Amino acid sequence: MSEIITITSGKGGVGKTTAIASLGIALASRGQKVVCVDGDIGLRNLDVIMGLENRIVYDIVDVVEGRCRLRQAMIRDKRLPGLFLIPAAQTRDKMAVSPSDMMRLGDELRHEVDWVLIDSPAGIERGFKNAIAPADRVLVLTNPEISAVRDADRVIGILEAEEKGTPSLILNRVNPGMVKRQEMLSPDDVLDLLAIDLIGVVPEDQSVLIAANRGAPIALDKESRAGQAFHNIAARLMGEDIPFMDLEEKGGLWSRISKFAGRN
Amino acid sequence: MNQKNNLIQIKGLRDGLLMTLGAGEWGELQELLFAQIDARSAFFRGAKLALDVGYQALRVAEISKLRDGLSEREVSLWAVVSESPKTVQTAQLLGLATRISKQRPTEKERPLVAGDDESALWLVRTLRSGTRIEHPGHVVVMGDVNPGAEIVAEGNVLIWGRLRGSVYVGAALRTEASQSSGAFVCALTMNPIRLQIASEIANPVKGKTSKKPQKVSFKNGKFHFEDWQGK
Ligand SMILES: Nc1ncnc2c1ncn2[C@@H]1O[C@H](COP(=O)(O)OP(=O)(O)O)[C@@H](O)[C@H]1O
Ligand SMILES: [Mg+2]
Repeated sequence: MSEIITITSGKGGVGKTTAIASLGIALASRGQKVVCVDGDIGLRNLDVIMGLENRIVYDIVDVVEGRCRLRQAMIRDKRLPGLFLIPAAQTRDKMAVSPSDMMRLGDELRHEVDWVLIDSPAGIERGFKNAIAPADRVLVLTNPEISAVRDADRVIGILEAEEKGTPSLILNRVNPGMVKRQEMLSPDDVLDLLAIDLIGVVPEDQSVLIAANRGAPIALDKESRAGQAFHNIAARLMGEDIPFMDLEEKGGLWSRISKFAGRN
Repeated sequence: MNQKNNLIQIKGLRDGLLMTLGAGEWGELQELLFAQIDARSAFFRGAKLALDVGYQALRVAEISKLRDGLSEREVSLWAVVSESPKTVQTAQLLGLATRISKQRPTEKERPLVAGDDESALWLVRTLRSGTRIEHPGHVVVMGDVNPGAEIVAEGNVLIWGRLRGSVYVGAALRTEASQSSGAFVCALTMNPIRLQIASEIANPVKGKTSKKPQKVSFKNGKFHFEDWQGK
């Protein structure tokens, strides 16, 4: 009964890796067994964000090409029981792995853990295809910014064409003040265009960068707004009905979102 | 015509394409297949493909490689039909259909016959960014046309939804607008990035979003904007 989830975005730098690391932490802290898989071959950084880079011996390409057993490539995160990372290869390119390889890897991982979280590279090429191939469910992550939303729309169209089902949306880096002053697209504007279910809204939060530099994903800091938002997404992935965070004082924007997402 | 191309036959199914491969060495056939798709990549992009491989006995690695190659070309392989029991078994193992009468992919697009020789393309979905629809007749969309999506139709375009992308209508785009007088675009919400009727570009629609359904046409040398009402 394990689930394979891929986070993708089209555009780069929107927060996919941040989200994968934090959802890994959040799910593991709920007692789940989780493996985070870095699908960005050639540009690996999930290991850095998770603070595990100096523990890497084997990587995903070693597993696919049979140079090590699956478990040997699963680096255990000592901060939480049940959290693992399979790093990307840094010195190979995306062609070293095929969508079929990823499907086989996913099926093997199902026997090991409850959740497989796959970090997709930017773009819609091979690396993206690899990352979505084994997914049971895809989360599209975007920022409230026109170019990012346009790319998200494109990716959703491709996922629909590939019969991957309709993905859910994580809207990252929302600044309620800017939305209020109409300097930023509102979650409503984004949902109006993309017309898919919302699974999380993550606020813009400076502590994300600080956390990333320390190799301690933001979800480890439960006081932070962004950290809380990721814990909420993890709870929703586990089927809990968690209301959307009240980023603004009251009413307005956020009550409209909950209506949009069919929650309340 | 290149004789080798005869090794591959293409037929339109109601909801995708069926390609039938002749006899030959598998590696070579696959190359040929990819080459044909690459040569007409716009036509194949997004297609759902069923492949009839005849007596070829294919292993898992071969079908996986084929599927990956097709997927790179944005063609999704959903069925492999074969006389070889081994191939059928392999295809089933990979979760592919092995008969095309059964279990078709969900039907989303089908041409409607709308008159003598005019056929309309009927699309029941939202056209998202990056989608380009080209059709020699009319196009009907039940859904939105998002920014970054394009419709190029020789006939008229009806959108039961919001038009926020681009639409080009009216015969071949190089012809004079006068020759395609009467061509029109309708949408429940008219807010296109670009709307072009034959060689004429409608500028005024940009910026202002009408609340009511609108019809835009080109007659006697100028654009007409009117409320879209059935009649
Ligand atoms: N909610 C957030 N608030 C502030 N900064 C963020 C937030 N999410 C991501 N970032 C920053 O954005 C940058 C890109 O994030 P990353 O996760 O690497 O994106 P991707 O994997 O999509 O390329 C990083 O510097 C990260 O710290
Ligand atoms: Mg990344």
